[in-house]
Amino acid sequence: MAKVKHESDWYPLESGESVLDALLRQGVSIPNACRAGACQSCLMRAVAGTVPEAAQVGLKDTLRAQGYFLACACRPPEGTLLEVTGAEALRIPARIQALSWLSTSVLRVRLVTDSPLAYHAGQYLSLVREDGLTRSYSLASLPHEDALELHVRLLPGGAMSGWLAHDARPGDRLQVQGPAGSCFYVPGRPEQPLLLAGTGTGLAPLYGIVRDALAAGHAGPIWLFHGARTPEGLYLTSELRALAEQHPQFRYRPGVLEGGTRDVAEGALDALIRAECPKPLGWRAWLCGDGPLVLSLRKKLFLAGLSLKDLHTDAFLPSVPQGQRTSDAGAR
Amino acid sequence: MSVTAEKSVYEQLGGEPAMAAAVEVFYRKVLADDHISHFFEDVDMERQAAKQKAFLTMVTGGPVHYSGKDMRAGHAPLVKRGLNDSHFDAVAGHLKATLEELGVAAPLVAKVLTIAESARADVLGR
Repeated sequence: MAKVKHESDWYPLESGESVLDALLRQGVSIPNACRAGACQSCLMRAVAGTVPEAAQVGLKDTLRAQGYFLACACRPPEGTLLEVTGAEALRIPARIQALSWLSTSVLRVRLVTDSPLAYHAGQYLSLVREDGLTRSYSLASLPHEDALELHVRLLPGGAMSGWLAHDARPGDRLQVQGPAGSCFYVPGRPEQPLLLAGTGTGLAPLYGIVRDALAAGHAGPIWLFHGARTPEGLYLTSELRALAEQHPQFRYRPGVLEGGTRDVAEGALDALIRAECPKPLGWRAWLCGDGPLVLSLRKKLFLAGLSLKDLHTDAFLPSVPQGQRTSDAGAR
Repeated sequence: MSVTAEKSVYEQLGGEPAMAAAVEVFYRKVLADDHISHFFEDVDMERQAAKQKAFLTMVTGGPVHYSGKDMRAGHAPLVKRGLNDSHFDAVAGHLKATLEELGVAAPLVAKVLTIAESARADVLGR
């Protein structure tokens, strides 16, 4: 049997169980969200004992060297004795600067951190409330801007989104941890056409990436497709239209499944992309939002000729796995 | 006495950079083929592309040790889902077309296909 020591107690692990599941099962409160090794909310540090390599996949070398690992991806072999601490040292205190509605269901949350957070536009972070509730959200802001900006979709019964929408006030304090994710713009090949596509709050990272690419002087065509079920699901439309007027290389194409208008296309997002960009050979692409849609789009674009190295995706994962889902499915 | 070992097909093709170029062409053909694409539906594309590269490296005699046991174990779930000779033939066909498309000389293509053929029993669990 493997055992994990947290604070002053030892906790036994069942065969094949993750450190996160074992601690939660035995009543220890550990921040977590996706439980799939992606959001990095459950980051912990091993102070004694070794963790399997798989528990450190996707972490920065500097974090690995300090023994940090992901509790959800850590399934130590039989007989392992592991002593762990939380990742409190990596969290930065922050306060809510402003809350405003971008649409009837998307809340813009602006945060100011006590010390600067180094990140790339398009990455995501974990938001940790004072009681430990943790969810991850993509950053819509640029690093040089004075506040971090998140787009939070209000989910029915959502713990974090409900709190932010109804109870939180400017000035409230919380903590942020991160950033994580590799879905961001890297300068170079300034003439290469770029394709950005996403649904719902998948627009948040794309909004950051577009502005980052434009600021870096990207001269090639930049296409942004934002999909929603109905027009109410679209947001930032006037800001994006204004951005397209300022930058002729930038094209903004909103689309909905039902209720299209003269300015908003109607139909499936992939059909819209195919109609506007029939031959994306040699392009670079970023796809963010709903998991199955992002993975399906990635496959279609690969088949259309994009290289895997030019395909960047951030598939939003539900905050709790299927089956164990309570009331807060879909963190972002 | 000087002994000149014959270069592997892998080396003759151009080594790792050639495999990196070939894997996308090959994987794209495999994914676009309705006869076999359903075996790849639920997989992570990046990991699958890495496996395709390991496969190409193996069948060209490159520096990857891909044992018969791995091939059997790796494909066993697919055999349960109905993987058979027709699927193997389809993949081999895409491999041939990929190498031809990249301008590989016919004798080398034939060599690669012979090596691929030697994995058939392991892949199909026979």
